[in-house]
Amino acid sequence: MYDVTIIGAGVVGGMLARELSKYRLSVCLLERGNDVACGASKANSGIVHGGYDPVPGTLKAKLNTVGVEKLFNTAEELHVPYRRNGSLVCAFSEAENETVQKLYNRGQENNIPNLKVLSGEEVRKIEPNLSESVTSALLVENAGIICPYELTIAAVGNAMDNGATLKTDFEVVGIEKNENGFVITSVDGETVESRFAVNCAGCYSDKIAQMIGDNSFEIIPRAGEYLLLDKNEGKRVSYTIFQVPTADGKGILVSPTVDGNLLTGPTALAVETPENNETTLDGLDTVRKLALKSVPSVDFRQVITGFSGVRSSEKNGDFIIEESKAAKGFVNVAAIDSPGLTCSAAIAEYVTELLESIGLDLTLNPDFDGRRENPHLFHTMTTEEKNEYIKAHPQYGRIICRCEGVSEGEIRDAIRRNPPAHDIDGVKRRTRSGMGRCQGGFCAPYVMKLLSEENNVPFETVTKSGKNAEMVVGRIEP
Amino acid sequence: MKRELTCIICPRGCTLSVDTDVTPAVVTGNSCPKGETYGIEECTHPVRTVTAIMRVANREDTMVSVKTAAPIPKEHIFDCMAEINRTTVDAPVKIGQKVLTNVFGTDIIVTKKIL
Amino acid sequence: MTEHDIVVIGGGPAGMAAAVAAFDNGVTDVVILDRDEHLGGILNQCIHNGFGLHKLGRELTGPEYAAVYAEKVAERGIRVYDKTMVTAVSKDRIVTAQNKDGMLEIKAKAVILAMGCRERPRGALSIPGARPAGVYSAGTAQKLVNCMGYAVGKKVVILGSGDIGLIMARRMSLQGAKVEAVCEIMPYSGGLTRNIVQCLEDFGIPLYLSTTVAEIHGKKRVEGVTIAQVDENRRVIESTKRYIPCDTLLLSCGLIPENELTSSAGIAMSGITSGALVDEYRQTETAGIFACGNVLQVHDLVDYVSDEAELAGIGAARFVKGTLGTFETIETKPENGVRYVLPQRVSLGRNEDVSLFLRVVKPFGKVRFTVKSGDTVLANAVRLKAAPGEMEKLTVRAEKMQNITEPITVCLEEVQ
Repeated sequence: MYDVTIIGAGVVGGMLARELSKYRLSVCLLERGNDVACGASKANSGIVHGGYDPVPGTLKAKLNTVGVEKLFNTAEELHVPYRRNGSLVCAFSEAENETVQKLYNRGQENNIPNLKVLSGEEVRKIEPNLSESVTSALLVENAGIICPYELTIAAVGNAMDNGATLKTDFEVVGIEKNENGFVITSVDGETVESRFAVNCAGCYSDKIAQMIGDNSFEIIPRAGEYLLLDKNEGKRVSYTIFQVPTADGKGILVSPTVDGNLLTGPTALAVETPENNETTLDGLDTVRKLALKSVPSVDFRQVITGFSGVRSSEKNGDFIIEESKAAKGFVNVAAIDSPGLTCSAAIAEYVTELLESIGLDLTLNPDFDGRRENPHLFHTMTTEEKNEYIKAHPQYGRIICRCEGVSEGEIRDAIRRNPPAHDIDGVKRRTRSGMGRCQGGFCAPYVMKLLSEENNVPFETVTKSGKNAEMVVGRIEP
Repeated sequence: MKRELTCIICPRGCTLSVDTDVTPAVVTGNSCPKGETYGIEECTHPVRTVTAIMRVANREDTMVSVKTAAPIPKEHIFDCMAEINRTTVDAPVKIGQKVLTNVFGTDIIVTKKIL
Repeated sequence: MTEHDIVVIGGGPAGMAAAVAAFDNGVTDVVILDRDEHLGGILNQCIHNGFGLHKLGRELTGPEYAAVYAEKVAERGIRVYDKTMVTAVSKDRIVTAQNKDGMLEIKAKAVILAMGCRERPRGALSIPGARPAGVYSAGTAQKLVNCMGYAVGKKVVILGSGDIGLIMARRMSLQGAKVEAVCEIMPYSGGLTRNIVQCLEDFGIPLYLSTTVAEIHGKKRVEGVTIAQVDENRRVIESTKRYIPCDTLLLSCGLIPENELTSSAGIAMSGITSGALVDEYRQTETAGIFACGNVLQVHDLVDYVSDEAELAGIGAARFVKGTLGTFETIETKPENGVRYVLPQRVSLGRNEDVSLFLRVVKPFGKVRFTVKSGDTVLANAVRLKAAPGEMEKLTVRAEKMQNITEPITVCLEEVQ
């Protein structure tokens, strides 16, 4: 019997697991995928939003305002790379100039520090590659960028290091409420019992809520397509460049990433199911066209990959974070679309307080250690330090991924360390091996070999992303 | 009959025209004598060198590359592959070492050194 | 920090030939830094034959061709650091590398860049659809099959008719897979004609020109692809879409010189070849740093890689000995029908023949190439056909190189 079970190991579930592991609680994190961060948390903009956008008085506004600093502090503790690069919301017409002014006013209402409205000339001075057509822009200094899946991996890993349990490939198909709490059943018939349950199931959170008879909300899955460009293009802009928002979302952005690439996107397309994460010709064309509207010099020949992420929206437009009216002790954390990543640390605290208010006893865990070993330590060293480090850990000397300079040692660590990587994509998200310009062309066979060795399984069973995603179809045998 | 074909002897890829109505057949379009031989052979009894891989039984995840020492009749390519696929070798092997003999009139030899 | 006369980065065909040529031209302190376990680079996975006809006068497989040069390296006692990754090169010729023994910092009198190239990945092609397992660049599949002995798929579609794709179509067929189609977005193939004959026609594999993969299907592993014809702007023609069930998509859509070290060192690059700008000895615009092989320009034949690497090796050796000399240089320029000319500049006053390598912009029938400086014709040559997939070589005789004052241009005209 766990104290709390969290359904969904995305960034919200992961950050909540870490927050709860600060207390003397037994926590279980359930994930239907074979890795953490395999829904919206692996495929979004990675933006820490300044907080000018949410409607004042909403939960989004409240959590965004306090969430930015909390997120950066957590990232610091977990050694997750982030950058406070600021953002610019650009207008392209008189009418849009007014929207920029409105956003400024809204930001003031939301208590966002250091907002400024700049003229076209002023903004091009600080961001020279911006289009000549930009007529004004809102400068948001406290905004930033972070890697969303790395944050999730680090948060879950740290929660596990502090005693939380992670069960992957656990697709919840039934939740039963009894006098002690909940019995949660997986598609494979495994059960987990806990006193409290928190629904962080992203695009599937309405389906999960329905399992305890809660039909109070419906998730609208919305796909966003992106194009990621080579590091050669990474310095095209230094701020995150938005266009003034429309009803469909925050529009197409052009932004550096923490890893030094350039990210463009997303589109916003309502899709039938969260499984609809294919990219489309039209979608990718839209990304190109609108990105060039903001920054005409982006060189799209430098694209290294395209992807699509499905976000969980809801008709009222605000986060849903409350105890379900259908079952005491069951908390919905749903409709966490933008600025969900920004708010994730604040949401984790908010939910923890909510759980306390409905009877969860919070006693501090004196053994909690909120720090995580820096997986990028080697890359921060001087040549002299690297030399010493390799002498002590020779596997760090052997580079496996030449594009991103990832060593055998780092890959083996990623397979061993919490939460362990099970497959090629898992290694990729943890180490960046295969994330570079050749997209795994050279390193994939070597990474497969390391996965097979570390997990002591036959090479041919290694997958890209879990069951049925085998990389090869068999050994060539006489 | 006149047949047009691309010479595969070298990367130049000459377009050959072979007239098989006369004996011996007449090849035009070739830039070298090898092209003439190829043109006639291709129209009478086409042959190919088969290259393949063989598992090295005493080394983990290791294949050694092999080839037919001489070209074999084209219609036997898959039979030749079947012979090769039935066989494993033990390292060490060196380039030129025979691993199968008398396969469609030639030998299968190693093309990569495995220590 | 250690010191060596010449550091060669890369132990593939270019690196090996360059090191050997440097040694044979009087500089014996040559080292090769190679990221792989064995010398030979990508040749070790190219188990098919067709190598060496021009350079060695006999037809060899890739591993055999590599072995010829590996032997030469060994005979000369040239030191090879294997499983060693170079992470930086500086303009003052300090090479930083790492391997399991630690970090290496070498101060070199000359550096030869021979890092080769990589394949264009799926992302760079922006093929829409799902992102399942089973999408491989052809070379990755080649490595898994030929070196490690694993079958990558049973029903295969190949996008791109570059040579690696054609070779892999045959290999997959020989290993028992069914290759459903090779699709080429251009109206002509980028591969050698002989490979279309012996890799596709021999096995009854259809080649669809002006056709691309419009969408990839399958959640976990590839389940099929939608192929479609494209119009002259390479846009998919909706009405021609057709679904082909398959479990594997191989991509052979072009090679990209691997010049991260070059560009981060600040060495001047060509936007057309994606390699460094060089002179006739393959010296880059940074003195003492040379480049050769596929890192400089993507070659069609390894034989020409070896030729080019020898030039770089000789150049580097002369540079170290102080006999290379510095001359005024003149630019070379591609004109009508010619995509690029390499070297991009040529020294004046060397009194040596100069070979110009070039590629054409599209397939032609019979053509005449003309090399000129101003109105003076320096060389010309007639070819029965010319294709973008094949490199052309034109030689300007030493006597023609005298008294040149205007840039050297190369153009082609179609002739009857």
